[in-house]
Amino acid sequence: MAEKYIIIIFADNSLRKTRMSNLTVTLGKIWHLYYDGFREMTVGKTLWAIILLKLFVFFVVMKLLFFPNILKQDYSTDEERADHVREQLIKR
Amino acid sequence: MTVVDWSRWQFALTAIYHWLFVPLTLGLSLIVAIMESLYLKSKSEKWLAATKFWMTLFGINFAIGVATGIILEFEFGTNWSNYSWFVGDIFGAPLAIEGLVAFFMESTFVAVMFFGWNKVSPRFHLAATWLTWLGASISALWILVANAWMQYPTGMEFDPAQMRNVMDNFWELFSGIAINKYMHAVFSGWALSGVFVIGVSAWFLLKKRNEGFAVRSIKVGGWLGLVGLLLTMWTGDGSAVEVTKHQPMKLAAMEGLYHGGYSQGIVAAGLVNPSKTWNNDEDEYLFDITVPYGLSILAKHNLNAYVPGISDIVNGIDVNENGDTINTVSYAERIRLGKLAHESLRAYDQARAAHDEAGMNKAVAELKENYQFFGYGYFDSVDEAIPPVGVTFYSFRIMVILGSYFLLYFLVALFAVYRKDWLQKQNWLQWIAIISVPFMWLCSEAGWCVAEVGRQPWTVQDLLPTKAAISEISSASVITTFWLFALIFTVLLVAEVSIMLRQISKYSKTNLEIDNAH
Repeated sequence: MAEKYIIIIFADNSLRKTRMSNLTVTLGKIWHLYYDGFREMTVGKTLWAIILLKLFVFFVVMKLLFFPNILKQDYSTDEERADHVREQLIKR
Repeated sequence: MTVVDWSRWQFALTAIYHWLFVPLTLGLSLIVAIMESLYLKSKSEKWLAATKFWMTLFGINFAIGVATGIILEFEFGTNWSNYSWFVGDIFGAPLAIEGLVAFFMESTFVAVMFFGWNKVSPRFHLAATWLTWLGASISALWILVANAWMQYPTGMEFDPAQMRNVMDNFWELFSGIAINKYMHAVFSGWALSGVFVIGVSAWFLLKKRNEGFAVRSIKVGGWLGLVGLLLTMWTGDGSAVEVTKHQPMKLAAMEGLYHGGYSQGIVAAGLVNPSKTWNNDEDEYLFDITVPYGLSILAKHNLNAYVPGISDIVNGIDVNENGDTINTVSYAERIRLGKLAHESLRAYDQARAAHDEAGMNKAVAELKENYQFFGYGYFDSVDEAIPPVGVTFYSFRIMVILGSYFLLYFLVALFAVYRKDWLQKQNWLQWIAIISVPFMWLCSEAGWCVAEVGRQPWTVQDLLPTKAAISEISSASVITTFWLFALIFTVLLVAEVSIMLRQISKYSKTNLEIDNAH
């Protein structure tokens, strides 16, 4: 089997050809799987735009502004949280 | 409406929208895996084209539906914080496993499935497709295990110091209710996807485009749908038996049955009397068509078995397997014992504040004695402990009637598709196949309505009613997020449907008899 090489560009612009380890080959394949996959997408581009927009709305807008975790936000220890819930459940 | 009502509506709306996407993911991933297996076995480009087409629709549904369930998790933290704390790691553990293992497994292999054509070996690609299906199915397992625990809490002990139910036996989470519920939901996803595939394929037949592809798809969708529906019915039967054992009030509400009896019939169609209550003498139904022995068979697999009604359960009357009348704990007594449990918790709290170790131990012992009725202590009358009968009754009938209709649907579809060139000429049948598609979603959603409305007023059966599970928040914030959420999900749904329709239209103009799909 032919050996595989990777060319590394250093900060001083020198190039060095290094034999790739199996791990590097695998990581390279994974990178290309995703890179080529995303590049060649057609309908997928629209879907990714929707996914990213959705995640932004969910995690940034809704989570931060509208859906705080009340017990985490208002109490700093588990004991305080337990006391609050006990009080709530006894009170009702 | 109170903050509890708004929060319930908000959660219901979120769950309904979420469930529009999930069952199609569960079933369509399997259909794609089957088609790809057929391609690998036959080496026919026709199966490859079919695989890629349905994979595209699966991808659209997956992309639009992914993370919609996360809103439910947000709502646990905001609206249901008492509940979230009270259930502790029992509810959290399955959800965490779902997030960490199943969802990531599903997401990883989805990438190989979509991007891996010509990049990985055909066998590896096929394995990724099957693992995507497996990941989706395992994901559903953890969610439904968590849900089932709320219907039948087991494998835990309440710790008043932590104010949490602490898990003491993980394996008890896999109760009969959990297993049946899981299989029922997953198999119904197969049936729903079968209907979807047949409906879309029928549109191809109607347009006289790619008819060979449509026929092949109907065969796969039809068989998987039929198997899925039969298994859904089988697990539904199992669920009914479990509900009878652990949630008899839900079963009685499903049936609108107030006064039970031996050899109890089941109402095939009818109207419940809205003014009937557990303690008045009005008729249960305005009209009803009853199948003799039906409910006894459904609930206990016994023609002559006794099935209690709502009034019987409230009064604490039941009959055991030997036919002896037994007294269960009446609802009035449950409320009394529940209030005693609350008193014990209060005593524990006071003893704890006073650092009175003996007082704390005494209070814990008393609390444990009545803990099984803890939730009833929040009620002032037994009326509060009865679920909405009308919604549960009608949802159950919608599910069963539509389920039966779809059994016929699959049988007709398979009969028609195996008659040479016959289905292609039956425009009326193609129209029925297309028009029926949304009714399968209605059937599926109605099933969830039975499960969730029927278990009211509980978030955790017998232990925590909905009204105690709610956080101390204002109605205004819940109303705002309710409409915000409704808007976002409606936009997502419209996006999904329009992108899907565009793709179906695009593919209909392509020759799917050869491999030119993308």
